[in-house]
Amino acid sequence: MIEDHTKKAVISERIDEYFLGVYGAYKFVLRFFKEVFVPPFHLRAIIVQSYEIGLKSLALISVTGFIIGIVFTKQSRPSLEDFGAASWLPNLVGIAIIRALGPVLTALICAGKVGSSIGAELSSMKVTEQIEAMEVSAINPFKYLVVTRIVAATIMVPLLAMYCIFIGLIGSYINVHAAETTSFTTFFKDAFSSITFIDLFAATAKATVYGFTIGVIGCYKGFNATKGTHGVGKAANEAVVLAMFLVFLEEVIIVQISNWMR
Amino acid sequence: MEKPKLKPANNEGEPVISIKGLHKSFGKLEVLKGIDLTVHKGENVAVLGKSGSGKSVLIKIIVGLLKPDRGTLNVLEKEVEQLNGKELDELRLRIGFSFQSSALYDSMSVFQNLAFPLIMNVKHLPKKEVEVAVEEALEAVGLKDKAEQMPAELSGGQRKRIGIARALILKPEIMLYDEPTAGLDPITSAEINELINEVQEKYNTSSIIITHDLTCAKNTCDRIVMLVEGQFLPSGKFDELFNTDNQQVKDFFSYNFIQ
Repeated sequence: MIEDHTKKAVISERIDEYFLGVYGAYKFVLRFFKEVFVPPFHLRAIIVQSYEIGLKSLALISVTGFIIGIVFTKQSRPSLEDFGAASWLPNLVGIAIIRALGPVLTALICAGKVGSSIGAELSSMKVTEQIEAMEVSAINPFKYLVVTRIVAATIMVPLLAMYCIFIGLIGSYINVHAAETTSFTTFFKDAFSSITFIDLFAATAKATVYGFTIGVIGCYKGFNATKGTHGVGKAANEAVVLAMFLVFLEEVIIVQISNWMR
Repeated sequence: MEKPKLKPANNEGEPVISIKGLHKSFGKLEVLKGIDLTVHKGENVAVLGKSGSGKSVLIKIIVGLLKPDRGTLNVLEKEVEQLNGKELDELRLRIGFSFQSSALYDSMSVFQNLAFPLIMNVKHLPKKEVEVAVEEALEAVGLKDKAEQMPAELSGGQRKRIGIARALILKPEIMLYDEPTAGLDPITSAEINELINEVQEKYNTSSIIITHDLTCAKNTCDRIVMLVEGQFLPSGKFDELFNTDNQQVKDFFSYNFIQ
């Protein structure tokens, strides 16, 4: 149903608009949870979206994860060597990449790539009446377009994060191996020696939350785009900025929770 | 090329759309100010009016995309305002909507555009039946050879035709056309007008055609109503309105129409 803004401003138009936006996003998330467990589930569309979000981001995640692994190891080495602790490098890299860098880096890449793509695609469909065309064909566009994308992002971002962690550790191993001829097994044994179940759980959980956030923000901005081509650009841009901001905010909160659990 | 009169203009059949005292505002702008309209079975009604006069708003209300502020709306014996989501969807399956922009799904081929409403609404439909239905709809609009093309590869007229074919795929009882000839050259417009008449004859649909193209109204409609300042002027056949003394109608016709 098309939104009809016929009410007068309560405080001022801008302040009203901000709170209405927050309320709109809240209703959007509630609607997602209301519709996600009700058939039809559009599994085919979820698979297509998972392919778009996951497989098509692999190259970017691979390159970025690999470079971060190498660079982080290279930059950390001198500091550890000063204390004669270069042998702890795999432990340090393991903690840094698994606990923080892998999930956050993946989320930021996906916020840029996936969030903007979802925002632009849905807003473009909105301004060209394609979403209304679905409605008049008795197809629930929220279910078909929004739910499938949010589900796909929520599934694929943690998988990508795990992949990014693995590739990052490979990058780090290559650097460590070049300097100290450490074996693959020893490196990974050391890298995971300080990692607990809570670390792995927290990394997966936060990547899942990031995926959900990226999906929700991209879909919300796209689905509620204002008319015109300007609205398409605005939706894509806002989807990226807001998703990145929320990823950082969530990172702070989840780190506090996981530290408290630890 | 006036509309071929294969049957008498039907304004005595059962009403399929009945609107009474319909109001709609957007903020302070009152677009529809208590309009009344009845469309009978098998009848094509043109709604004329200036851009921004609320013509498209009217058909979006009919199909439940917009909510009216006041008034009653009965479509195919259903009070639209009282329908829940599922009932509204059932009603929408009986209404075809041709968008001004065609609104074809960019990411799908022509075949997929047409098959999509079928697959989504008819459970477990065999692939063969989908292919037959799509082929039939494409044949009805004369674009059987375009099934594998993407919307971006089609001309404006072809996109309109595919939009109409997609609306026809579920065999609607009512067709709502939003500016079917907008942005098209006169020859393509004439082809679209002819298609609208063919659709009415072949599918026995009742239609509301939103337009400001008088040639389209003249050639496709049994009756014409004019929306002026949120209200309908008395309706009539094209010639009756063309020769009216009402200054607002005369202004519109004299500006718009080349005889």
